[in-house]
Amino acid sequence: MTKPNQPDPAQLPWWRREARFLDRALNPLSRVLLLLVAGLFVAIAFLPLWRITLIAPQYEEGLRVSIYSYKLVGGNDGQDLVEINNLNHYIGMRTLEQGDFVEMKWMPFALGLFALIALRSAAHGRMSQVVDLFALFTYFGMFSIGLFYFRLYTYGHNLDPTAPMTIEPFTPMLIGKNQIANFVQYSFPLIGGVLMGFIPVLLFGAFWFSRKAGESKGGG
Amino acid sequence: MKRNRIHYTFVLAALAGALFASGCSDSSTAKKSSSSGKGSPAERSYVAPGEKDDYYLFYSGGHSGQVFVAGIPSMRHIFTIPVFAPSPGVGYGFDDESKQMLGDYTWGDVHHPGLSKTDGLYDGRWLFVNDNANNRVARISLRDFKTKQILGPIPNSSGNHGSSFVTENSEYLLVATRFSVPLPMGRFAPVEEYADEFNGMVSGLKIDAASGDISVGWQILTPPFNWDLGSTGKGPSSGWAFWTSYNTEMAHSKLEVNASQLDRDYAAFVNWKAAAKAVAEGKATMMDGVPMLNPAEVPGVMYFVPVGKSPHGIDVDPSGRWIVASGKLQPTTTVFDFEKVLAAIAAKDFQDEFRGVPVINYDAIVEGEVPVGLGPLHTQYDGKGNGYTSLYIESAVAKWKLPPWTEAEKADLESVIQDKIQVHFNIGHLVIGGSDTRKPYGDWLVAMNKLSKGRNISTGPAQPETSQLIDITGKSMEMIYESYTDPEPHFAQILKADAINPIEVYPKEESEHSHAIWSLGESEIIREPGKVTVKMAAVRSQFGPEKIRATVGDTLVLHITNVEQTSDMIHGFAINGHNLNVIIDPGETKTVTLKLEKTGVFPFYCTNFCSALHQEMQGYLEVAPKGTPTASL
Repeated sequence: MTKPNQPDPAQLPWWRREARFLDRALNPLSRVLLLLVAGLFVAIAFLPLWRITLIAPQYEEGLRVSIYSYKLVGGNDGQDLVEINNLNHYIGMRTLEQGDFVEMKWMPFALGLFALIALRSAAHGRMSQVVDLFALFTYFGMFSIGLFYFRLYTYGHNLDPTAPMTIEPFTPMLIGKNQIANFVQYSFPLIGGVLMGFIPVLLFGAFWFSRKAGESKGGG
Repeated sequence: MKRNRIHYTFVLAALAGALFASGCSDSSTAKKSSSSGKGSPAERSYVAPGEKDDYYLFYSGGHSGQVFVAGIPSMRHIFTIPVFAPSPGVGYGFDDESKQMLGDYTWGDVHHPGLSKTDGLYDGRWLFVNDNANNRVARISLRDFKTKQILGPIPNSSGNHGSSFVTENSEYLLVATRFSVPLPMGRFAPVEEYADEFNGMVSGLKIDAASGDISVGWQILTPPFNWDLGSTGKGPSSGWAFWTSYNTEMAHSKLEVNASQLDRDYAAFVNWKAAAKAVAEGKATMMDGVPMLNPAEVPGVMYFVPVGKSPHGIDVDPSGRWIVASGKLQPTTTVFDFEKVLAAIAAKDFQDEFRGVPVINYDAIVEGEVPVGLGPLHTQYDGKGNGYTSLYIESAVAKWKLPPWTEAEKADLESVIQDKIQVHFNIGHLVIGGSDTRKPYGDWLVAMNKLSKGRNISTGPAQPETSQLIDITGKSMEMIYESYTDPEPHFAQILKADAINPIEVYPKEESEHSHAIWSLGESEIIREPGKVTVKMAAVRSQFGPEKIRATVGDTLVLHITNVEQTSDMIHGFAINGHNLNVIIDPGETKTVTLKLEKTGVFPFYCTNFCSALHQEMQGYLEVAPKGTPTASL
């Protein structure tokens, strides 16, 4: 089944076998999946990633902040963010301002880069590139979540001691539901965040469908 | 156990029997349940906490100078819109703009609110009200429920009772005078010369289609009758307006007796389109700056029609064909056929002439005199072919069938009376939503009663007014609920709640105030000789600046912006000891100008509860004595 110019992997020493595996060409299905991944990266750069909603008795309709890779958007035409900052001043929390989130400058760039890498993998079609992309994305994902948590922690812990109200420092919920004073806070991924979760699945698919040498039909 | 089973079987058998029986009379039980499906009166008027009413009820506030807003069916008083009287609760009459609008007047007498219309239907843009006392009209915007304009005193117009009647497409707000005086106003003539020297007036106030701004258009001079109530035409009567009068006798004393001598008083049928045209053609003479038509010289503008003794309401039905006038000292209400009116005018079928104004032949245009009961005042329509007339003396509402009538009905007009319901007590006006439009809502009627006579828990000699909610969806009217208001609703308008969508904050981007600021950081104090100007921001829970220093004798100009954009985040601003309370809604900027006449330090504070730290929202106005070195200011 293997092409004549390729040595039989079984004849290679064990430590070369993995290398052969990584050099393996990807089949068309895996390449399509990589194209999809590239598309997702582009989409994610534009779509809302996460939403924090605050609900209190006098805010039945909720105050919402949506997080994009490049911007912070308050619900109700931006008014919700103004209102949250207004309320936060009572507990001495720093105002949430887009300008303070330096990641909103580099994240769209990073997502674009990822899209390019995914495109390159689809075109070039090597197993090693799938593994690289998977590793890089896992790092990027973990870093982003870590950074998000760090942001939440910092905002909840660096409270102005002279603020009208003194409350115990806290970390707003990263994902899930949490009670903060009179507010119930909900934090959940939006479409962009959910799609982000699909990326490793697609990458695993690209890996899985080309894992057997016999199914490799790509030229290389 | 066994016993139980027997019982069980028995019950089952009974049930089966019942089911079988009900199967035979299926339709009748279904009907019964649907009519009782309306629920008890309590259920029908109950609006649970958190739920909303279906309709707005805009009551005139009478001599309170205000407009009350209630909800239907709950009848809960929701809000009061101040119009002609200062109202510290919403800071009306304290800032420069509303002060200027009110002028030197501190009250008004609001009688008949009128909603703006497009194509004969409410368009939800404005509510117009009149001031009987000081001859003014006002426009309230339903976008923010605020008084936007007060026009007047209207020249040559004394006692603006006969308004606010809005034409089909809000072209004009029509006004007629209750009182007659020697004109132009300011001229003296003894009251004994009333018939010759005194005059009344009908005014056409032009409404700007885009802005709603009202301006005095033209006037029509009338004999010194006391014009009472009116309405505007539609359909065949499109372009016409109608007013009743009392005192065709032109008495000037003991009107109670002397104005009640004739069996018929004149109603005025006014072709306002013809009047506007005649003015445009230059047929008017000027009086006190207003183009005025003399109907004797401009034929086709005004006609008189004799109606039952001392009438009050004259109401055009939804089709525009039937004009119903109620003579309050007669037990009947008179129905005129406007198609016959037009025919009579075309044929010059006049029975008389009064000071050059043709009096249309009564017999040629009357459709019938409906024996509704004692003291008929005012008629409203359900849009299903019925009229509802308030009966002051009988303390009741009569429901009766509008023409066309069969010959048998015509022969015995008692037969068109469908129903009568007692109200408590002595009803004046009544209102059905949309009665003055082409399409009345036809489900609720509100009876506005003049006397409550202790139906409420006692409040001493001064008593509230009662209003009663009546369900008119059934064959007979049904009393549902009663509520109380401050004195004193006259007429009202009902508007579907979903017909309007009021704003709850003034959007920052729409702000046009040249001194608006949008953060505490932008606040500014500008000192000029003799004047201190402050651009102030109000935000939870701070004013900026918090300290204003000035010298006694200075003029202080405050431009206060509520920078909030959150619904109901309202701030107030009062300076201790200065008789001043401004209320600033979210996104609003208000300007106050005051002369500082006292030295000392005067705390200012937020009067409208805003936040947990509302109490802390305060600052100081320091007024230094004259001669304080400017360096220390």
